[in-house]
Amino acid sequence: MTTVVSEDAIRASTAAPPRRRRGLAPVWLLLPAAVVLGALFIYPMYQLGLLSVLDFRQAQVSGGQPTHFVGAGNYAQLFTDPQFWSVLIATVIFAAGCVLATLAVGAALAVLLTRISRLPRLLLSLAAMAAWAVPAVSGSTVWMFLFDTDLGFVNQALGLGGFNWMYGRYTAFALVGAVVVWASFPFVMVTLYAGIEAIPGSVLEAAALDGASTWRTFWQIIVPMLRPVLAIVVIQSIIWDFKIFTQIYVMTRGGGLAGQNLTLNVWAYQQAFAASEYGLGSAIGVVMMLILLLVTLLYLRTLRRTGEPL
Amino acid sequence: MRTRRLLDAIAVLIALVTVFPIYWMVLSALKPAGEIQSLHQRPWTLAPTLDAFRRVLSANDFARYLLNSAVVALVVVVASGLIAFLAAVALTRFKFRFRTTILVLFLIAQMVPVEALTIPLFFLVRDLGATVPGIGLNTLGSLMLVHTAFTLPFAIWMLRGFVQAVPDELDEAAQLDGASRFTVLWRILFPLVAPGLAATSVFSFIHAWNDFLFARTFIISATDQQTLPMALLVFFKPDENDWGAIMAASTLMTIPVLVFFLVVRRRLVAGLGGAVKD
Repeated sequence: MTTVVSEDAIRASTAAPPRRRRGLAPVWLLLPAAVVLGALFIYPMYQLGLLSVLDFRQAQVSGGQPTHFVGAGNYAQLFTDPQFWSVLIATVIFAAGCVLATLAVGAALAVLLTRISRLPRLLLSLAAMAAWAVPAVSGSTVWMFLFDTDLGFVNQALGLGGFNWMYGRYTAFALVGAVVVWASFPFVMVTLYAGIEAIPGSVLEAAALDGASTWRTFWQIIVPMLRPVLAIVVIQSIIWDFKIFTQIYVMTRGGGLAGQNLTLNVWAYQQAFAASEYGLGSAIGVVMMLILLLVTLLYLRTLRRTGEPL
Repeated sequence: MRTRRLLDAIAVLIALVTVFPIYWMVLSALKPAGEIQSLHQRPWTLAPTLDAFRRVLSANDFARYLLNSAVVALVVVVASGLIAFLAAVALTRFKFRFRTTILVLFLIAQMVPVEALTIPLFFLVRDLGATVPGIGLNTLGSLMLVHTAFTLPFAIWMLRGFVQAVPDELDEAAQLDGASRFTVLWRILFPLVAPGLAATSVFSFIHAWNDFLFARTFIISATDQQTLPMALLVFFKPDENDWGAIMAASTLMTIPVLVFFLVVRRRLVAGLGGAVKD
């Protein structure tokens, strides 16, 4: 590095501290991100809202018929459709089940990690990392094969030869849910484990000396101390599991028999790209966006409360 | 210490159950066709063969799809990494109006259901393709574009933590020594943030590599522009699934991600700590 001190530099050092600089530099630095996100994120969001109030089907796409404004028509059609409510309820229950199972497994294993020897800990975290890394499509196909009607190892081992998990609505959801939990518990486990490790050892020792059981230590010490991390993990999981697409699409072949395994996400996609009901599909998308926005605002409130400096 | 032994055993058991599907995938990919069709599947094979891999790689131009996936993922990693680096510097090193608002927007952007945006994006890409041929429907360019956009918010959010970790005094010192802003950016900050950039890249890579949704939506008819996830589904057939080939293809798709993930394991956790805050 050069040791020549320029006049500018001297002025800079005597002027206001340069810690937080002002000027146009941040604009130039943010410009590329703003262009990309504006064109491919914000504009499509506006378009989604626009499409949701239009009558937009195959005829309009090909230009055969003019598009026209239908106002809340798509939404009215949606809210009076019993299938919408059925899909909405299925989405919420499926997501809730996945979130609860993921958290239970992830938290239990995070606590387990703190109480075992080094080698088993390494093995478990490597195994979890591996499950985390497997692409959703590959994960789905492997579990499909494991639970295949006749050739599936699990079916054969359990003596369930001939049982098709995908025929029943609940068995199909359960199997997809298992894949989701398998792929997402590692995130919860790793994050919570890091959080627990950050708790001062003396606190846990004191609890152990007082004869607290693992169960009590978990609920009365670890959970309260980890509340900020837990909040983030919970909301992150809700957001992910609410949006599950690939696993359902691949494993139930686009929504299951007669659409019994549709969730909002998959349904919106199918309405648009399979049924060419682009307006209706967009309306479903908007409903989903609003639900997730609500969850996000909760997330932000928790972040604020934990005092994360933005 | 008896309980500890018991817990150790439980942990190892859970680890085995967790990796079992991955083991089964690789095992099934190596099994000869006869064993795959068997009604008595065994958790091992005495006659491993690369037949399934050969079938996958020769049929349907699978090597081409592998390459397509890799090209898309690499372009996304570089583009998203560079843009996110610049934005992260702006958001940590400068104080300006709306800085917090912008940060909150990046956070909200991570929650947007991308699946719902496929509908408007489909039309956007179709219209773009009419003017710029390289990024329309049925092109890899369209995939690169959307994945760069959708990996950005998280990448910026994550990189912010890494840029923050570099002491301000360092670039101040350099500026005192007469270094230009550009020099500070590329010669001082960039190398120091590089490890964080590597961790961020993994996420971007995985995001682009794993994508099923956009590959399914944008690549309609041009089979030579397909990526792995779609190509894999070709082996599902209405009458009889070619499980050997499906498992071999899944294995090929999983290996790069798995290697990547395990290599940067530690960084990943550190980076998540920065991004998720604990």
